[in-house]
Amino acid sequence: MYPAPFEYHVAGSIDEAIALLARYEDDAKLLAGGHSLIPLLKLRFAQPAHLIDVRKIPGLAGVREVDGAIVIGATTTHWMLESSDLLKKKLPIIPEAASQIGDVQVRNMGTIGGSLAHADPAADLPAVMLALEAQLTAVGPNGSRTIPAHDFFVGLLTSALEPHEVLTQIRIPIPPAGTGSAYVKYPHPASRFALVGVAAVLTLDGGTIERARVAITGMGPTVARLTGVEQALTGKSADAATLAAGAQHASDSIETRDDLQGSAAYKAQLARVYTRRALVRAVERARSARG
Amino acid sequence: MATTSVPSSSPFGESIRRREDPRFITGKGMYTDDVTLPGTTYAAFVRSPYAHALVRGINSDAARAMRGVRAVYTGKDLADGGVNPIPAGWLLPGIVLTDRRPIATDKVRYVGEAVAVVIADSPYIAKDAAELVQVDYEELPAVASATEALADNAPHVHEQAERNRSFHWSIGDKEKTDVAIRGAHTVVKQHLVNQRLIPNAIEPRSALASYNRATDELTLYLTSQNPHVHRLIMGAFVLGLPENKFRIIAPDVGGGFGSKIPVYPEECVVSWASKQLGRPVKWTAERRESFMTDAHGRDHSTEVEMAFDENGRVLGLRVHTVANLGAHLSLFAPAIPTYLYGTLLNGQYTFPTIYAEVDAVLTNTTPVDAYRGAGRPEACYLLERTMDIAAKQLGIDPAELRRRNFIAKDQFPYQTPVALAYDSGNYAPALDRALEMVGYERFRAEQAEARTHGKYLGIGLSCYIEACGLAPSQVVGSLGAQAGLWESATVRVHPTGKVTIFTGSHSHGQGHETTFSQLAASELGISMDDIEVVHGDTGRVPFGMGTYGSRSGAVGGTAIHMSIQKIAEKGKKIAAHLLEAAPEDMDFSDGKFFVKGSPDRAKSFAEISLAAYLAHSMPAGVEPGLEETSFYDPSNFTYPFGAHVAVVEVDIDTGHVTLKRYVAVDDVGNVINPMIVDGQLHGGIAQGTAQALWEGAQYDENAQLLTGSLMGYGVPKADMLPMFETDRTVTPSPINPLGVKGAGEAGTIASTPAVANAVIDALSPFGITHLDMPLTPSRIWEAVHTAQQGRA
Repeated sequence: MYPAPFEYHVAGSIDEAIALLARYEDDAKLLAGGHSLIPLLKLRFAQPAHLIDVRKIPGLAGVREVDGAIVIGATTTHWMLESSDLLKKKLPIIPEAASQIGDVQVRNMGTIGGSLAHADPAADLPAVMLALEAQLTAVGPNGSRTIPAHDFFVGLLTSALEPHEVLTQIRIPIPPAGTGSAYVKYPHPASRFALVGVAAVLTLDGGTIERARVAITGMGPTVARLTGVEQALTGKSADAATLAAGAQHASDSIETRDDLQGSAAYKAQLARVYTRRALVRAVERARSARG
Repeated sequence: MATTSVPSSSPFGESIRRREDPRFITGKGMYTDDVTLPGTTYAAFVRSPYAHALVRGINSDAARAMRGVRAVYTGKDLADGGVNPIPAGWLLPGIVLTDRRPIATDKVRYVGEAVAVVIADSPYIAKDAAELVQVDYEELPAVASATEALADNAPHVHEQAERNRSFHWSIGDKEKTDVAIRGAHTVVKQHLVNQRLIPNAIEPRSALASYNRATDELTLYLTSQNPHVHRLIMGAFVLGLPENKFRIIAPDVGGGFGSKIPVYPEECVVSWASKQLGRPVKWTAERRESFMTDAHGRDHSTEVEMAFDENGRVLGLRVHTVANLGAHLSLFAPAIPTYLYGTLLNGQYTFPTIYAEVDAVLTNTTPVDAYRGAGRPEACYLLERTMDIAAKQLGIDPAELRRRNFIAKDQFPYQTPVALAYDSGNYAPALDRALEMVGYERFRAEQAEARTHGKYLGIGLSCYIEACGLAPSQVVGSLGAQAGLWESATVRVHPTGKVTIFTGSHSHGQGHETTFSQLAASELGISMDDIEVVHGDTGRVPFGMGTYGSRSGAVGGTAIHMSIQKIAEKGKKIAAHLLEAAPEDMDFSDGKFFVKGSPDRAKSFAEISLAAYLAHSMPAGVEPGLEETSFYDPSNFTYPFGAHVAVVEVDIDTGHVTLKRYVAVDDVGNVINPMIVDGQLHGGIAQGTAQALWEGAQYDENAQLLTGSLMGYGVPKADMLPMFETDRTVTPSPINPLGVKGAGEAGTIASTPAVANAVIDALSPFGITHLDMPLTPSRIWEAVHTAQQGRA
């Protein structure tokens, strides 16, 4: 409830944010909405001496289309994602997932950059970014670099960002025609974080699954691509039996553990069931889009 | 009598919008934490991270040295300063009491027990300094489970409690029950766990104490459901403060559910500290502290045996419950698993005999006390869950089995084998109506059809009674209560005819300001706008017992009614005098005193009010003024009842339960404000459903609370629930003149078994007859999975 003392800085630009990060070294945290960080401060689990607020940096929030890709600024709120007409048209899985984050108050404050950089293993957007093969731009003292989503989520609450880097934008290629996607989630009854969340992006060619990208959240220390599922589907007919069989591989590449929410076996079951549901819905949408 | 004399234009029985809501929903309520006095300092508690440990030493030098820190006090400082342990307020024969010091001295017994307090100029400084207090603990083995605490080699929570047992209690006829069970056609046996719950009132507990050195008076703002009881116990037993120098104000209070009844360490500490420092001292719980230190609820482990004859008629009930009381005896803890539980085990049925025994056990967990329903939900869950298991075992429809065993309407008043005498009831119509609303027959067909394509629907019934209107003082006194349970009300008529009601009841969400003014407006025949209701201030209100046990309408309301009757009688005398009529010829109705048969010979309520205060012309022997106080002590509890039906769908792939429909038919006697009664029912149903499906405190093997925040503990949210379908039957209580019974806890009591029964009904194709709550998806899936594998 009462955080340890800290100094609050408002960064006016990305350069200023980077300079502040460099100045305070390990004693600083970026604030990009704060819906994960502030509870940690209030519980005194985190006690940084400096908070650098990046939400007021001009031009860092927003969704736009650039050269066949969607570019999302890092301080775009979940609510902006949820209500973006551009995303609903081009990448509907993002509004679908964003609308399932926390509650309206959280979605009005929390940002995509904050969520991705925090790398919570049960957050919604990281799985979606994996399935969409997003490219994340990080800017540091030595300039900017692009990190593919599959290299970004390194471990529990750990991203590939260097200490002095700021995540500035997310670039997502617009999938080809014939693509359907879905994010389905089983929320924890208290926290509303994902007990399991599965993002599926499938591209069909006629009745055949040409390409499958499936990612899972809520299982294990970090979000993960379900490559076993993807391989089992690619090149196969998009029928119910194939999807069900493919979904069985959901528990191959994840390590589930017993905890308060249930046994490892139950978690594996949830992974398989929600993968199947995501696949079925993605295929339905791929078909109806072609329609 | 009042209900019949109330004119049809009166607001009694109308769904008047709550007059307190505009200030609440616009953020203008005044809660304890909103009160800040000049010079206020702030307390932060240093709490034990261990469930069981010896305190070897405390070093607070660094904390004391911090700028802005006023004091650091330990348990020894308080004990040396004359602060006594907090007593239990309900004593049972043979009870082993605990020495609950507001701050532990040599030993801590649960995670979160205070070992020191820091008082500083801001809450931030207090918290910073509290982190610097070094405590040398010697950790001891701990025990969280009551059944484990009874074992031979269990850690000893209190040295004086052999096998950690505080008391053994029983009710009913053991021999007769043993015989009935031995000779029965069918005996249904089941082990039931009624899991521990954490109350989570939306407003955390808070206390602001202000000692005035000039007058030697202490004022305490406190989140309390019963400020006079708090004052009595804190003043007389803990702090040694005379009541006439000690005022407690419980301003707006944001929910209690029973958790704001007991006297807690924190209010004792800030009160004492304020006197030491000569400054106001405030403490408001962080949510984490609420989880660790607010009295928890339930936590029973029970063996039940229910006996039937060949026609499905009940022959007897035998119950053995192990009740977890936590690390200390909280204020009314001994009453909850005994007189508020064992006496309710007869339910709506004609058990010829019942025997129940309870082992009440101390453990290294947060103390347990009243939580919405308090004993009655545990009894109702036991009966209604077991009835469903019995229905299955006997091959009788669960509705029919209940109906076969109902007390008939001509059997009231009904003496149960467990002490209570029910005032009134008519159980079958409520069940019939609930079944009709839900479409019971049709549902069974739908259910069968749905199962053929892998869809699992379930329906669950719960026929409940509760004992409300706590309670006849003589009765509870004979049972061990260290308090009477009457209620007070002063009705003050001002010279202009405006009215202030001072009630000993306390509203912390119940809407008393609306219902009590509705009641008074109806009886006085004046506008509700001319009536103010004052509660929660020992400096303004006569001694009152407060609000819990669904008692405010039945007991507090009746006290108001009695004072109004006295006002009316006095008014008639004054009016008769002014109208030159005989007092016995006067009538009072629609806000007018008039001569019977001559409604034009009348004086208005305002005219009489003014006349009473002017006193220029008063009848002989009548004092000036118009103000009356009453203390109402009921002759019995009241016994609301009803039938609830839940319909669920279980997703067999994940174990997820969707509550699809919820039908509630309740009989709470006469209803003052139907909207408020519905609101009470809705909230209660949500809470009871949450016990069935989501809530449950969990401790690990070191007695660490694993569900210590709202991130992990699943309180109900609106989008997890369907629209509730409610209806009522009305069987007025003959116990009080208003005919009201009580509605605050019915939803919580009835809904838990209704929802649990519905889930188990849905799972019946898998041969599952019982699962303990909460019925989480993983628990359900594991059971189904095991059943499926067993068949494969």
